Amino acid sequence: MTTHPPSPPAGLILPSYERPRGLHPPLDSPGYRSTALRAPSQPPLMIPQGLTEITGPALGEGRVAPADADLTTQHAGEPLGERISVTGRVLDSDGRAIPDTLVEVWQANAAGRYQHVVDNHPAPLDPNFSGVGRCVTDSEGRYRFVTIKPGAYPWRNHPNAWRPAHIHFSLFGRAFTQRLVTQMYFPDDPLFEYDPIFNSIPDPQARQRLISRFDINLTEPDWALGYEWDIVLRGSAGTVLEEQR
Amino acid sequence: MTGLPLTPSQTVGPFLSIALPWPDGPTVVPEDTPGAITITGRLLDGEGAPVPDALIETWQADPDGRFDHPDDPRGAPGAGTAFRGFGRCPTGPDGSYHIVTLRPGALPSPDGGREAPHLDVSVFARGLLDRVVTRIYFSDEEEANADDPVLSAITDPARRGTLIAAAGADDKSRFQFTIRLQGEHETVFFDV
Repeated sequence: MTTHPPSPPAGLILPSYERPRGLHPPLDSPGYRSTALRAPSQPPLMIPQGLTEITGPALGEGRVAPADADLTTQHAGEPLGERISVTGRVLDSDGRAIPDTLVEVWQANAAGRYQHVVDNHPAPLDPNFSGVGRCVTDSEGRYRFVTIKPGAYPWRNHPNAWRPAHIHFSLFGRAFTQRLVTQMYFPDDPLFEYDPIFNSIPDPQARQRLISRFDINLTEPDWALGYEWDIVLRGSAGTVLEEQR
Repeated sequence: MTGLPLTPSQTVGPFLSIALPWPDGPTVVPEDTPGAITITGRLLDGEGAPVPDALIETWQADPDGRFDHPDDPRGAPGAGTAFRGFGRCPTGPDGSYHIVTLRPGALPSPDGGREAPHLDVSVFARGLLDRVVTRIYFSDEEEANADDPVLSAITDPARRGTLIAAAGADDKSRFQFTIRLQGEHETVFFDV
């Protein structure tokens, strides 16, 4: 139906991305009850990485204002809680920075409550905190948010279930293959060992990579504690993966 | 090559709708764009119940089969063809989503073959610890679909059928694409 069908140029050479094995949580993780009716029963079919997979959208321009990266200044007053900054780099596993890529975050408030109609945890909402931020990485792949430390909160997965404090992160990278949504945690959370979502990651070392690092040098005197967390997206195929051992 | 260890995935959880939907997310092009099509459908779980707390994202070539991306070795699309190519739509209480876009063109594949027009789809939801990926093909592209390397690799016609959006009987610009996460008629998902 196209009037100008693109003819295959001789030797269409595309980048190819590694396919992590054993890294991500199995979709069917019985400890997390909501997977029971949502995890596909068939294994995913491996397909070649074509043009659609090795490209991806360039998002951010016109979609992100500088103020979107400071979750403490989005309302008339300041939110309650422990003010923090979270910064880090978005890289691929080859060590290449991913500049100009959209980073989206969302989180609970200091009391452990989301600004969402379905969240009925009996903890106070904070009229000065929406818990939503976005930014675009700089030329070195760096992002930075100012926010407040989210609280832990209960959920109904099992008796006395509590989620460790976390910030949700959405990443695009430069290609469809690199798209990732994950969660960043905070050091030394006593809830890690009880959380089926954190522990759904098979490799205990890989779980540790979701935990941010407190950094006194990123901490601003008399203002905010500083945390650092780098995000590593899939790099070129051929990278020797720790997970493949 | 440093081989940095990768960051693992976690679920979007139940509250993605405070952050990820955009007002213009479902409209890859404005609805009044000449040639615009609408893809609608529902996301269903293993019991056939709607999944109301999910996000559907789409990524595709422009109508000429081009991508405005530095890794497309064919170069940039012609001037005046700016096309976002990306759509995202949260599911509603009945599991429904919609995407307004232009039909993608066919694509050359690295092995010298041709890929039929398609959209890549990511599904995120509470209860999905990682996204699942599928593709939307078009029911009125029978010839191109027959030669498509991905569709051809699926031998069971019923399974292959889960990837094909059905054109409306009356309105040829409307397509229907249901995504079944699990169970009977489970959609084919891909490892990309």
